[in-house]
Amino acid sequence: MDVLGGAGGLLTLVSPLGAVLGAQSLDAFVVVEAIIYAALLAFVLVTGFAYSTLLERKLIGRMQVRYGPNRVGPYGLLQPAADGVKLFFKEDVVPATVDRPTYFLAPMIMVVTALLAFAVIPIGPTFNIAGHPVELALMDVNIGILFTLAITSITVYGIVLAGWSSNNKYSLLGGIRSAAQMISYELAIGLGLVGVLIISGSLSLQDIVNQQDKIWTINAFRTPIGFIVYLLAGIAETNRAPFDLAEAEGELGAGYHTEYVGMRFGMFFLAEYVNMITVSAIATTFFLGGWQGPWVGTIPILGVVWFILKVFLGMCGYMWLRATLPRIRYDRLMRLGWLVLLPLGIANVLWASFFYALWQTFGWV
Amino acid sequence: MAQRSSGIGDVLGDIRAFANGFKTTFQALLTKPVTVQYPEQRITMAKRYRGLHKLLRYSDGMEKCIGCSLCAAACPAKAIRVVAAENTESERYSPGERYAAIYEINMIRCIFCGYCEEACPTGAIVLGQQYEISDYHRDDFIYGKDRLLVPFTSRPRETETENAYAGDVEAAPEAMGAR
Repeated sequence: MDVLGGAGGLLTLVSPLGAVLGAQSLDAFVVVEAIIYAALLAFVLVTGFAYSTLLERKLIGRMQVRYGPNRVGPYGLLQPAADGVKLFFKEDVVPATVDRPTYFLAPMIMVVTALLAFAVIPIGPTFNIAGHPVELALMDVNIGILFTLAITSITVYGIVLAGWSSNNKYSLLGGIRSAAQMISYELAIGLGLVGVLIISGSLSLQDIVNQQDKIWTINAFRTPIGFIVYLLAGIAETNRAPFDLAEAEGELGAGYHTEYVGMRFGMFFLAEYVNMITVSAIATTFFLGGWQGPWVGTIPILGVVWFILKVFLGMCGYMWLRATLPRIRYDRLMRLGWLVLLPLGIANVLWASFFYALWQTFGWV
Repeated sequence: MAQRSSGIGDVLGDIRAFANGFKTTFQALLTKPVTVQYPEQRITMAKRYRGLHKLLRYSDGMEKCIGCSLCAAACPAKAIRVVAAENTESERYSPGERYAAIYEINMIRCIFCGYCEEACPTGAIVLGQQYEISDYHRDDFIYGKDRLLVPFTSRPRETETENAYAGDVEAAPEAMGAR
């Protein structure tokens, strides 16, 4: 059983079934739970993507003193369905000179990594059904956040391959610029999170959330610099306004997804919004206490409600930024990532270490 | 690129600028949208709005149009066609000698400039408030007298809310030999 455990530990990085195999007991209940949870997670993320496009259009509309879409269903609620149908019915044009295997692979990479990165995030407290503890995280591995950071790094491949395989100089340049932006801000993301890791002493997201049960233990108060660094870097990582020069080039000239149409373009769109959701979810998990909130002890399912509320606020923040700020020029964007956020991230690590040392020595919170 | 380093005062000033921007959009969020939900709601057009044409009548039912085709001459798009005919004693359509037997405007050629309205000596052709005149076939866009002439009711009418012209209901002048 130990060999199975070891191999399962490796497989954990590849599939949720690996988490199941890595468990010490191959319980039928665990298998069923994992499969149900994985299917539910994929469904919820894709639906969340669809309705976050609607939220964006309506929220930004309201910030511009107009209604968003309100024709398609009551309050525009069927608009995402209409958009999906439209994308499916578009003619599937594949340019003749693209590198076909890579051209088809790139959107798949984007979608898979976007959905997979959410696997370790706990959305609620562990509670009991018929005596079995049910964890509300697809896999709570002890390397938690490292998994998510690794998966989001693979997203960069998707972008570069999309731009490169399009056989279009401008797509290539757009893809490279976007990839360079993402790689640069991954450093800042990591440093923002390291502060919390020092204080929590664990990479596992369940542990990090469990430690934020009192209002003064919320990490946004303990590492405020890290919170701000993570938010800014997260926005730049997902290529969102005001850091969306790579996207805007799609409107102005070219971008990495110029040669993609229809549902294949929809895949890039999905990946972007699901990455937004993931960044919001990690921000709430690390800095805002995840599923913690009033009365979660008595009603465990309320934890899911608090989590969704916080992620929703994160998404609204994303859209508020987009409605308010103009785009940042690319060289200033890179300067911000390397010359401002990186030093601030290092300062955050120093602060977190100092804070942790004081806390351990004197027992302060 | 020589720049002096930003001091803390500059940073705080920038943060205040950002906060101002966010405050603006947030307040816009709380403002009632100015959108008019067409087609459930419509905006009332201005009194001088140049919409669909109308051929007006006097209050006794006589058509104001005397078939002089000054409007056709004034039209920059050559969209109006007028064929005049003599009024006889038994068949009288307008006070005076002539009336427009055929009066057609091609709405696709018309540019809704209002020159016909300015040129008309009797104030017969005016541009009203109607702007929803879409149709399916090109031939259906040639409007004849049946679609342009305002209907006649024998009882006195109030001024139509969509047309501010009091001329809609005036009596025929004596000089034209009205009955």
